[in-house]
Amino acid sequence: MTNNYMKKTPLYNAHVKLNAKMVSFHDYEMPLQYDSIINEHHSVRKAAGLFDISHMGRVEISGDRALSFIQHIITNDVARLANNQALYTPLCNEHGGIIDDILVYRCSENRFMLVINCSNVKKDIHWLRNQSFNYQPMEIKDFTDCISLIALQGPLSTRVLKATFNRTFDSLKRYSFTDYHWNDTQIVISRTGYTGEDGFELFVHVKQVEKLWNLFLEKNVQNGLKPIGLGARDTLRLEAGLLLYGNDMDETITPLETTIGWTVKLDKGDFIGKDALVQQKAKGIERKLVGFEMIDRAIPRHSYPVLKGNEVIGKVTSGSFSPSTNKNIGLCLIQSPHATIGAEIYIQIRDNNYVARIVSIPFYCCIKT
Amino acid sequence: MNIPDELFYTKTHEWVRRINQKEIMVGITDFAQQQLKDIVFVELPKLGKELKMGAPCAVIESVKAAYDIYSPLSGKVTLTNKAILEKPQLVNEDPYGVGWLVQLEFSNPDEFENLLNPGQYRVACESEAAH
Repeated sequence: MTNNYMKKTPLYNAHVKLNAKMVSFHDYEMPLQYDSIINEHHSVRKAAGLFDISHMGRVEISGDRALSFIQHIITNDVARLANNQALYTPLCNEHGGIIDDILVYRCSENRFMLVINCSNVKKDIHWLRNQSFNYQPMEIKDFTDCISLIALQGPLSTRVLKATFNRTFDSLKRYSFTDYHWNDTQIVISRTGYTGEDGFELFVHVKQVEKLWNLFLEKNVQNGLKPIGLGARDTLRLEAGLLLYGNDMDETITPLETTIGWTVKLDKGDFIGKDALVQQKAKGIERKLVGFEMIDRAIPRHSYPVLKGNEVIGKVTSGSFSPSTNKNIGLCLIQSPHATIGAEIYIQIRDNNYVARIVSIPFYCCIKT
Repeated sequence: MNIPDELFYTKTHEWVRRINQKEIMVGITDFAQQQLKDIVFVELPKLGKELKMGAPCAVIESVKAAYDIYSPLSGKVTLTNKAILEKPQLVNEDPYGVGWLVQLEFSNPDEFENLLNPGQYRVACESEAAH
């Protein structure tokens, strides 16, 4: 249930007009679904969908030493980015535990935009400020309440952008972004997303976002563009094998134990958590996050125990019915010796054990850009 | 909201149809299926299972989450709806018809007094929808 203390995104009224079922998601009232989660899911896979993701945090970091500061706090290598490129990275603590997983946008030599998880905004900003003492002068500005974020995802995304703005963004490469002047305001268009589909994310001033949202939907009826809620956002990201903070990752889990070990660049110089991660790698990684699909008929959910024989070997971190594969799928964090593709495991659901098989991820992916 | 006149109801959104002197048929209401939306999985009890009134007797899962379904009366399971195991969406499409869940042989007719009539159930739904 929602209440008066919940935050609303600038698109709240637009969601209500579209008859969205609203739910509380961390501090925000967000649309869970407008129609059916399954229909919304298929719209994104087959045509295109529009998401309000203004609940995500946006933080700008600038200063003469902003680049070295970012390098210090993330595990991936931001020095590899040219201006107007973005990368995905975890933010780790000294033990290598994941504080958050974020996108870093390089706006200029020493100015960066971070997109962070809604649930972690306060924690991250506090962490960033505490780590920045040796990098002054440094500005860390929270833009969450003045810049909105919407996502356009699906195979027809480029066509939808063209119908909306009367120009193409086809040449924008994946994980690149560009400024665009629209309706007397500057928006940022980034070729990124969280669905396993081609698509874009747009940063728009809060005062303009409802106008842009409506324009998208008005101009793209023929392209089949639909508003999409958090329900389908979750099934889409899970099928694409993308992790969700708080479910698949937290501060007790390191990137090396998950599927995002590739974001740890041990050769880039020093960063927070590096020593712990080097040690963990040398000792051998004891747990591993893997994908599985149910063989027995049952739906796995977060926190259900995973067994091999009678022994508990880990737990489910995410699970759902998968509309695109018509299977029940999940991710689980289990003891490494059991984490081999093809191996059979049991998922314990309401005191019964159901057979599942470890499979490679993504479960479904179709980015062709 | 469809609330057929000839049925009994529970606050937890099950409906009850008395099919003969000994047995009832149980399902979830139209209000419940609308709240759950996309039903993608149903788990039903074993035949012969003895259930107490108010005890979990089935599980229905939407894309988002799993929900317990409670036995409206005490009794023994005499029949379950196999069709919805293969096609859970039948519960969305026809909750009072082909989307029924279980049949029970009830053990205590006095428990019918605990069930809601259609008017009482409508009030319960309206107050829930207002929250």
